[in-house]
Amino acid sequence: MADEKKPKRKRKPPTKKEPMPEQDPSVRRGNFEEVALGYAAEAAIREAEKCMQCRNPKCVAGCPVDVPIKEFIALVREGKFMEAAEKIKETNTLPAICGRVCPQETQCEAKCIYGIRNEAIAIGRLERFVADFAREKGEPLPELPEKIGKQVAVVGSGPAGLTCAGDLIKLGYDVTIFEAFHKPGGVLMYGIPEFRLPKDIVEAEVEFLEKLGVKIRYNYVVGKIRQVKELMEEDGFDAVFLGTGAGAPNFMRIPGMTLVDVFSANEFLTRVNLMKGYLFPEYDTPVKIGQKVAVIGGGNVAMDAARTSLRLGAEEVYIVYRRSREQMPARLEEVHHAEEEGVQFKLLINPTEVIGDEKGNVIGMKCIRMELGEKDASGRRRPVPIEGSEFVMDVDTVIVAIGNSPNPIVTESIPGLELSKWGTIVIDEETGMSSIPGIFAGGDIVTGAATVISAMGAGKTAAEGIHKYLSEKKD
Amino acid sequence: MYEIKFKQVLNPVTKMLVVQAPDIAKVCKAGQFVMIRVNETGERFPLTIADFDREKGTVTIVFQEVGKSTQLLGRLEVGDEILDFVGPLGKATHTDDIGTVVVIGGGCGSAIAYPVARAFKEAGNHLITINGARSMSLLLYREEMKKISDEAYETTDDGSCGVHGFVTTVLGDLIQQGRKIDLVFAVGPVPMMKFVAKTTEDKKIPTIVSLNSIMVDGTGMCGACRVTVGGQMKFACVDGPEFDGHEVDFDELMGRLNAYTKQEEKSEELYASESGGS
Ligand SMILES: Cc1cc2nc3c(=O)[nH]c(=O)nc-3n(C[C@H](O)[C@H](O)[C@H](O)COP(=O)(O)OP(=O)(O)OC[C@H]3O[C@@H](n4cnc5c(N)ncnc54)[C@H](O)[C@@H]3O)c2cc1C
Ligand SMILES: Cc1cc2nc3c(=O)[nH]c(=O)nc-3n(C[C@H](O)[C@H](O)[C@H](O)COP(=O)(O)OP(=O)(O)OC[C@H]3O[C@@H](n4cnc5c(N)ncnc54)[C@H](O)[C@@H]3O)c2cc1C
Ligand code: SF4
Ligand code: SF4
Ligand code: FES
Repeated sequence: MADEKKPKRKRKPPTKKEPMPEQDPSVRRGNFEEVALGYAAEAAIREAEKCMQCRNPKCVAGCPVDVPIKEFIALVREGKFMEAAEKIKETNTLPAICGRVCPQETQCEAKCIYGIRNEAIAIGRLERFVADFAREKGEPLPELPEKIGKQVAVVGSGPAGLTCAGDLIKLGYDVTIFEAFHKPGGVLMYGIPEFRLPKDIVEAEVEFLEKLGVKIRYNYVVGKIRQVKELMEEDGFDAVFLGTGAGAPNFMRIPGMTLVDVFSANEFLTRVNLMKGYLFPEYDTPVKIGQKVAVIGGGNVAMDAARTSLRLGAEEVYIVYRRSREQMPARLEEVHHAEEEGVQFKLLINPTEVIGDEKGNVIGMKCIRMELGEKDASGRRRPVPIEGSEFVMDVDTVIVAIGNSPNPIVTESIPGLELSKWGTIVIDEETGMSSIPGIFAGGDIVTGAATVISAMGAGKTAAEGIHKYLSEKKD
Repeated sequence: MYEIKFKQVLNPVTKMLVVQAPDIAKVCKAGQFVMIRVNETGERFPLTIADFDREKGTVTIVFQEVGKSTQLLGRLEVGDEILDFVGPLGKATHTDDIGTVVVIGGGCGSAIAYPVARAFKEAGNHLITINGARSMSLLLYREEMKKISDEAYETTDDGSCGVHGFVTTVLGDLIQQGRKIDLVFAVGPVPMMKFVAKTTEDKKIPTIVSLNSIMVDGTGMCGACRVTVGGQMKFACVDGPEFDGHEVDFDELMGRLNAYTKQEEKSEELYASESGGS
């Protein structure tokens, strides 16, 4: 209806984002190097110059950690990249990561005023550019206040834990992170692949925190080796932040889920990323990949598993998703990249059984076609099976990427901790405090699987909550 | 880093290491395990905590060299360090006083069965142990087992020591004789555990088995270790590693254990050719 009315006067055509160079799809599907190559300084300045420096910028409202977007972009325009990076780091401890993995199209860039008529300012790409620039040049450490003399334990070194730790150290607390794995970063390290988020960037951001004084103890599974109660009562921690993520993989309730060639995306990605299985046999951890791979799911995790499968040498890779393309929760850029690389999308299709031979090898996957019906509780049209539309897909490997549940090791080990029916920790939204005084939580362990930036926002809220709690607490 | 304080070669393919890991030694219990990564390029793999000394802060592991990772570990000497040593993981064994308990260890499993057997004995049970291996030279913990048992049996496949036959030969005899057995605990190769569970099924003797599925993280976040128990999917690393032997789908477990055979062989061959020259 709207297009019937002719515009009264001619306006300039909408501008597009300054393009970011990328590896060619046909080349990159054969390597694990980063896909997007980042802006050069000139491109960054060109993009920044489009920003209107709005008097009342809306972009910030879309960022869960309140990055001073307008201010840092102003510094980019002047070519003051180091200063721009410092500006971002005032509120965001992990900008090189956020610039790469935030779903900007639904966050900061969705709110950008310039974006009403044009493609929004490429806030994420600019953030990535300045963070990379500063890291390569060597960043000065910010000045830290005097130590308060209080200790906080952070459990889990994912984005929630790292952010909470970074904010607390800047407030003058002594902070120790306890991490179950031998490497920091949580999903940033074991889940998101090298070609999307190089691991040395994650390590560099963590090293920066260590330089600020954050201590990290690896191979330390809280709830097994030490209880939270003991950390507080015997080890002298005045408060604890739980950022243990939603690490437990869900499987479908269909036959064939324990076949040998069926993997959770977590297992598959952990073998490849954390354990560097893509470098087997130089690294010892083996990864199995077939010729025809079906990845079940439509989120970032599914895209990562599919693109990783291609890179390991699979010939055909399918995303099998029971809803439509518009309903896929993955970042737009990832869907686009996956498609360019040759991942095939099988939409409105739901698996009903994985078929195996007598040795447990996958020889096919029974599926049923779906159509969109009534809206469900989430407001999305619910997919319903089309009767009689069953068929068998010819695949030899199945990767299940239908979501993760909270890992129960920590939560089960804390008597009296209030949990939701999904096993997530119940907190006070404002302070991040759980039902037990002194124990705070945030990130996927509270919300269920969400995003890096929301986990960081939660870590930030909890750091403020902890500061308030410990400032008011007399002892 | 976790320093090796003591090393003993138990038989040509089985070694014992005592590792400095005070935080784990302080809290671990019989039946739990650790995840190990020997060096930077190594894989993570699980080994049961065979013993511990809370005062000295050490944890003992006993392992059979079956592939590259266990060989790599077996090469380490006293004073060397293991890069990663994570635990204690998994649920501890329930070693209550229930009457008469038969603890069965097969092959390297005897080393794992030993601390469990000792815990059952300490809890006040009448303890029967059955220690089995292919041949006499492969029998482990013989004296230790005898010392703590009320009745100790040994079996070898080739008859070189003890009863000529399998652990199930002795177990079957005990059941035939009408002995009152309240619980059977078995750990060893999957086929052995499967046949132990079959042997006790008719008389419905509660039977606990300790499963050795392939693991990656050991903390419940990858699902590699999933097994079907009583028709339901369980993660061996967090729900186990011990399960009701009558409910476990052993055939599925055996299939899953062979998932990486090709890659494992390649890895081991490469390792042998690299280390062979030195
Ligand atoms: C493959 C994949 C791709 C993704 N892609 C994107 C993306 O592009 N953009 C985006 O915004 N989001 C993405 N996400 C989601 C995002 O990564 C998560 O929402 C985010 O990492 C959650 O952060 P967290 O700090 O809450 O937990 P996690 O990142 O899960 O970290 C939790 C940490 O706690 C540790 N831990 C757990 N239990 C214990 C314990 N008992 N003791 C000690 N330590 C413990 C874990 O080892 C882990 O290191 C992706 C997720 C996956 C799996
Ligand atoms: C809870 C648990 C406790 C265990 N305790 C002991 C023990 O006390 N002593 C002992 O000798 N062995 C134990 N095992 C088995 C031990 O983990 C494997 O023998 C070891 O991982 C083999 O690695 P490899 O590289 O030397 O051999 P590989 O050549 O890699 O494999 C040989 C065989 O070991 C199994 N295996 C391979 N990788 C893994 C893995 N990551 N996790 C589990 N199994 C694997 C497979 O069935 C494979 O066919 C235990 C296993 C589990 C799950
Ligand atoms: S942190 Fe993420 S949401 Fe915030 S400004 Fe940067 S890219 Fe946007
Ligand atoms: S809303 Fe958009 S145009 Fe306005 S300041 Fe923010 S980024 Fe610039
Ligand atoms: S080993 Fe990963 S879930 Fe058990």
